[in-house]
Amino acid sequence: MSKPIAGSSWIRNLQRNKWIYVMIMPGLLFILIYKYIPMYGLIISFQNYRPYKGIMGSDFVGFEHFQRLFTSPDFWMIFSNTLILFGLQLLIFFPIPIILALMLNELRSEKYKRGIQTLIYLPHFMSWVIVVSISFVIFTVDGGLINGALESMGFQRINFLLSESWFRPMYILQVIWREAGWGTIIFLAAIAGVDPQLYEAAKMDGANRLRQMFSITLPSIKPVIVVLLILKIGDVLELGFEHVYLLLNATNRQVAEIFDTYVYVSGILQGQFSYSTAVGFFKGFVGLILVMGANWLAKKYGEEGIY
Amino acid sequence: MVGDKSWSSRMFALINGGLLGLFALATVLPFIHVFGSSFATAGEIAAKRFLLIPTTFTFDAYRYIFSTNTIMKAMGVSVFVTVLGTFWSMLISVMTAYGLSRKDIIGRQVIMFLFVFTMLFSGGMIPTFLVVKETGLLDSYLSLIVPVTINVFNMIILKTFFQGLPDGLEESAKIDGCNDWGILFRIVIPCSMPAIATISLFYAVTYWNTYMHAIMYLSDAAKWPVQVLLRQIVILAGGMNFDNSVYTDVPPPAQSVKMAVIVVATMPILLLYPFLQKHFTKGALLGSVKA
Repeated sequence: MSKPIAGSSWIRNLQRNKWIYVMIMPGLLFILIYKYIPMYGLIISFQNYRPYKGIMGSDFVGFEHFQRLFTSPDFWMIFSNTLILFGLQLLIFFPIPIILALMLNELRSEKYKRGIQTLIYLPHFMSWVIVVSISFVIFTVDGGLINGALESMGFQRINFLLSESWFRPMYILQVIWREAGWGTIIFLAAIAGVDPQLYEAAKMDGANRLRQMFSITLPSIKPVIVVLLILKIGDVLELGFEHVYLLLNATNRQVAEIFDTYVYVSGILQGQFSYSTAVGFFKGFVGLILVMGANWLAKKYGEEGIY
Repeated sequence: MVGDKSWSSRMFALINGGLLGLFALATVLPFIHVFGSSFATAGEIAAKRFLLIPTTFTFDAYRYIFSTNTIMKAMGVSVFVTVLGTFWSMLISVMTAYGLSRKDIIGRQVIMFLFVFTMLFSGGMIPTFLVVKETGLLDSYLSLIVPVTINVFNMIILKTFFQGLPDGLEESAKIDGCNDWGILFRIVIPCSMPAIATISLFYAVTYWNTYMHAIMYLSDAAKWPVQVLLRQIVILAGGMNFDNSVYTDVPPPAQSVKMAVIVVATMPILLLYPFLQKHFTKGALLGSVKA
């Protein structure tokens, strides 16, 4: 062994584990090409990128596209739409799975409970296209169930699908329909972990079920609720592009356009590559700060963060 | 709690069970309405609007949408992409996860960081689109698969699972003269079937449900998977060229045609639902251990 120890152990590791390195290679190549090269491609947000000139040949323009974004009236529209949809998610959607889980926990018949769970988990597996399609055929003015009911009760028909004022209710209704049942799983698991002795003690003290729910179950799962709430806030910019884009149309654009849909329309459909990349960059950067902040907070709160 | 039979606690149980029942009903009624309406006759759709199960059944809407092979072709594309995509994603994810589960790999921490960082930040839609274009995938089915090969979250679940396997398994295989491929395919994978099944279903549902990549990367309508076709027919109300000649009189009402298309697109998920529910519930908790 005349070679330096460090060097030879390196080489021996490579020899011993050569197939392991080969196994990792395709996955590594995948993220380098489809995740890291696009990050490098963010450079075009500082250029006037022309596809035929390429990244090397396109003119550098500094922060011009970012300036355009921040001074555009579109920016405030997208910004407030994003915040409002997020507010709906937080205030209306977030509590529902918690309430459902608490209610499910109170069911005495195991069979009934499992039956309910089977039904309310189902929509989670449906694509957004199916969810939105189903609500379209039900809410359409043109022979839909809801408008039929309104009409037969003597009300005016409402164009739920092509209207600014109905976009947000439709959005949150669809989110609830698809995800509220599924969202109970994590809370049910937390409830299952509560020490049964606590309930025994409470019963001794004469607490009824409602009392037990508020004094034992809810406080016991509070850490889980807080962590999920913090993580949700970190995801403020992730409102579901696949979902919102399906609902977006010319009549509701003022309330429905969010960062992702704006990037898609201005970039892919209108071909403003550099400008839309700048918008996406801004969104990604703010998102990164929010997620890291949320994780830091969640960890600080005493639970393990996700990363 | 069995002895707890006071009037108020009975009322509570009744109201609680009733409200949950209502919520569950509200969840499934839309499905039943769509299913029922797809078999309704034109007359019934026009006359009675409250309709879960029609009184007379007709397969007109189905005969109509299957009059051309557009839908079957789109279903075929979706099945093809889902099967091939799931297989490909699992192969690469399992290989990567197993490699990274071995602790004596040089640069393991750095590689893990490279993977995890992609969950926090990305180049975004446009640069990714340009890379997909540059790698020559536009208008190819591979554009729906290759750019999303690994879901890092799924890969980490697999890696955690592999790390939990007893070390003795690998040691004894090595003594028997297996190399790392042998260990992975003959020992590790067969011992990890529950995790493999769960993650395969995760990938399969994602591939089946995706439409965004298809509208971004496939400009040729003949290559559309069923989700994109569904959006075209129901949400954009773009209609499609069905063969009207199968009808001597009038084509079935647009509403029931849309319902029928939704039913066809929903069927595969409904048929697989028992498996999905079982494995996904496990998976959701696997994920929450980390979350």
